Amino acid sequence: MADTLERILPRVQKPARYVGGEYNEIVKDRAQVKLRMAFCFPDTYEIGMSNMGMQILYGAINAEPDIWCERVFAPWGDMAEEMRRNSLPLYALESGDALDKFDALGFSLGYEMAYCTVLDMLDMAGLPVKSADRPELVPLVFAGGTSCCNPEPMADFFDLMVLGEGEEADIEVLRLFQRARDAGWTKGEFLREAAKIGGVYVPSLYEPVYNPDGTLAELRCLDGAPEVVTKRIVSNLDSAYYPTRPVVPSTEIVHDRVNLELFRGCVRGCRFCQAGYVYRPIRARSAGKIVELGREMLENTGCQEATLLSLSSSDYRQLSQVCDGLLDWCEPRSISLSLPSLRADNFSMELMSRLQKVRRGGLTFAPEAGTQRLRDVINKNVTEPELLNTCRIAFEGGWNGIKLYFMLGLPTETDEDVVGIADLAAKVLHVWRESSPNKQRGVRITVSTSCFVPKPHSPFQWEAQVDMAEYRRRVELLRHSITAKNVTYNWHDADTSFIEAALSRGDRRVGGVIEAAWRRGARLEAWSDYFSFKRWLEAFADCGLDPAFYATRERGEDECLPWSRVNMGVRTSLLLRERHRAYEARLSPDCRAECAGCGAAALLERGVKCDG
Amino acid sequence: MDKLRLRFEKTGKAVYISHLDLMRVVQRVFLRAGVPLRYSEGFNPHALISICLPLPVGTVSLCELMDFRVTEDIDLPSLPERLNAVSPAGVRFLECYEPSRKAAGLKWLEIRGDWEYDGRAASQFSAGVEEFFNRGNIPVTRRTKRGEGEFDLAAHMRGFAVEAAEGETLAVRAFVSAQEPTVKPELLPEALRELAPELAPDFARFTRLETYGADMEIFR
Repeated sequence: MADTLERILPRVQKPARYVGGEYNEIVKDRAQVKLRMAFCFPDTYEIGMSNMGMQILYGAINAEPDIWCERVFAPWGDMAEEMRRNSLPLYALESGDALDKFDALGFSLGYEMAYCTVLDMLDMAGLPVKSADRPELVPLVFAGGTSCCNPEPMADFFDLMVLGEGEEADIEVLRLFQRARDAGWTKGEFLREAAKIGGVYVPSLYEPVYNPDGTLAELRCLDGAPEVVTKRIVSNLDSAYYPTRPVVPSTEIVHDRVNLELFRGCVRGCRFCQAGYVYRPIRARSAGKIVELGREMLENTGCQEATLLSLSSSDYRQLSQVCDGLLDWCEPRSISLSLPSLRADNFSMELMSRLQKVRRGGLTFAPEAGTQRLRDVINKNVTEPELLNTCRIAFEGGWNGIKLYFMLGLPTETDEDVVGIADLAAKVLHVWRESSPNKQRGVRITVSTSCFVPKPHSPFQWEAQVDMAEYRRRVELLRHSITAKNVTYNWHDADTSFIEAALSRGDRRVGGVIEAAWRRGARLEAWSDYFSFKRWLEAFADCGLDPAFYATRERGEDECLPWSRVNMGVRTSLLLRERHRAYEARLSPDCRAECAGCGAAALLERGVKCDG
Repeated sequence: MDKLRLRFEKTGKAVYISHLDLMRVVQRVFLRAGVPLRYSEGFNPHALISICLPLPVGTVSLCELMDFRVTEDIDLPSLPERLNAVSPAGVRFLECYEPSRKAAGLKWLEIRGDWEYDGRAASQFSAGVEEFFNRGNIPVTRRTKRGEGEFDLAAHMRGFAVEAAEGETLAVRAFVSAQEPTVKPELLPEALRELAPELAPDFARFTRLETYGADMEIFR
């Protein structure tokens, strides 16, 4: 290990996260591989190592024998300072090699508040942050992940972005890049060719043109760039790559467990939910396959916990079979099985009772809105009687903590809806008084609210976010409406939601703001330790832009949106229909009750049906 | 076969795994190897593993000892290899046996220090350093959980010797008290910084070499 690093490590917090060497880490021979990729996660080791997308892609890319994909995370502040002070460039965990030894840097872009960290990592690698300032073909700097569904805010920094699922597309990109490198293509030649790969968005091939009022007039296609870039998906999850030997961290991370993915997509169509639209169509993994993968992964990792992941696990058709199959294996070995993202219904409670035989602490539900009217607006198909009934079963079964998640600032929200949250919490408390077999233990009911952030590719992509003053007023209103002392109220601060809203629907000019914020010191902005609202306002001012233009302005339905060249599978006409139904508080049936013909099924391979 | 002891090394990248993290790492190694570890009874069962002397983060060790219990008989000679096959880089098991002495009998640790003097020849410090650590009394300030206090380092270390001076690195060796009281090897360069700063190295790394009992016999 390099002497400089060896001297720094004893001085920083949790040094184990900076050295690699974990069990199942993939080490290849530098001399034998033809291409080296650094998988860069713009957040800490603890967050990145908990990310299932990263586990999948790390394994899938390394399954190519002649490509070596290594992991790079953002160092915490103390380590970043030490590295800069000692001129130690950012390095990958497996080989310890500095990033200038790599052919390609691939970033995982999952949330907006990580944007500045991307720039910081590029800088720590000794690279100019802007694609235009890196004229050479090598290294390729690209990105994938959910946030790429609006590629424009980060367009200046990446050479290309991969839309949708990366298992196959990433490798196609890397192979083309390898050819280009070996044949000595220019960067421009490579990018024009790469743009022909499905799912690849090359920002330099789209030129934004603005109207006098600052809205986008058009994203002009250059050099024969495709009019629309359609995201990539994997059609068949049973045959898709799955990481059965994930890296086992040697130090504590956020979610240290075996992750088992049930299915992709969601049948529910909640109108605020970006994930519910951008991960379509619905593709399920078979129960047999999941049980097989689960046993294999538990044996390969020694983990004591497995969790089943999806957007809405209750909608997985063979949930009982999967749980039975896994419990048969887990119970005798004292391995616990957890199941988040359940709906608040009877079936879910029966399942929870089977999973949590001993430790019954808290359950979490997300009614999202306080009144039935507003829940209908957002198409959240949960009724109050259902929720209260579920709580009753939970309390009778010995659970004594319920967390309820809501959003404030949803479209059409009134004060009645806000106070409705307090009423709902009071009703849950009443149910506990009626049904708890052991009142001496007490009860904890927690109400949490966040400020609604309208997201691209959801039916609410045109909506204005409520301004910060109004959000704070609603928080106060709710705070004063909650009187029971068993009910705790937590609220998200307005500042981060406002910046998140401005970034998430930003255009290419917002890239300038991201760079200005980074130059002013922004990194790891998802952490309250580091987030600075003032710095963001200064960064917007540096660029002559107003964050409110992006966050709290309603878009015209005919406005050209920065993500208009991106097709995530769902037709805009469906998003509009859902938006209009929201204003009528009219529900749309879930995909299984009635297919809405959203268009996502067209992404599937011939012969594969949407499981909606 | 109930209480067993493993001797293992912690080197390379593994030296940054903290004591608490190592407990978890080892537990998973056992699970992957299919060794039937015994768990405590009760509401929150935990694996019956205990690492005899917590190792400071960053220190290399060639002589770690760990006691554990199993629920059924296992083959002891083959156990280290079984565990090594499923261990992270730098954790290497050497031997497994039924211990004859309790871990409390471990009194001395033989340590090696590699001390770096940036831009200076280490040889010029050999004599001074050796003289310093062989004084009859070395009163240093020591921080423990109970606060700061004066501590006579000389009473709890012995056999200090400079082994070699190559380039900018001074190789030293000593025996330090392993427990009651615990002398962290880092206390040696700290003593220099406090009492003879002109002899203090710019960086010191340590390796635990061997464990000894109060009788100075090798402790197993």
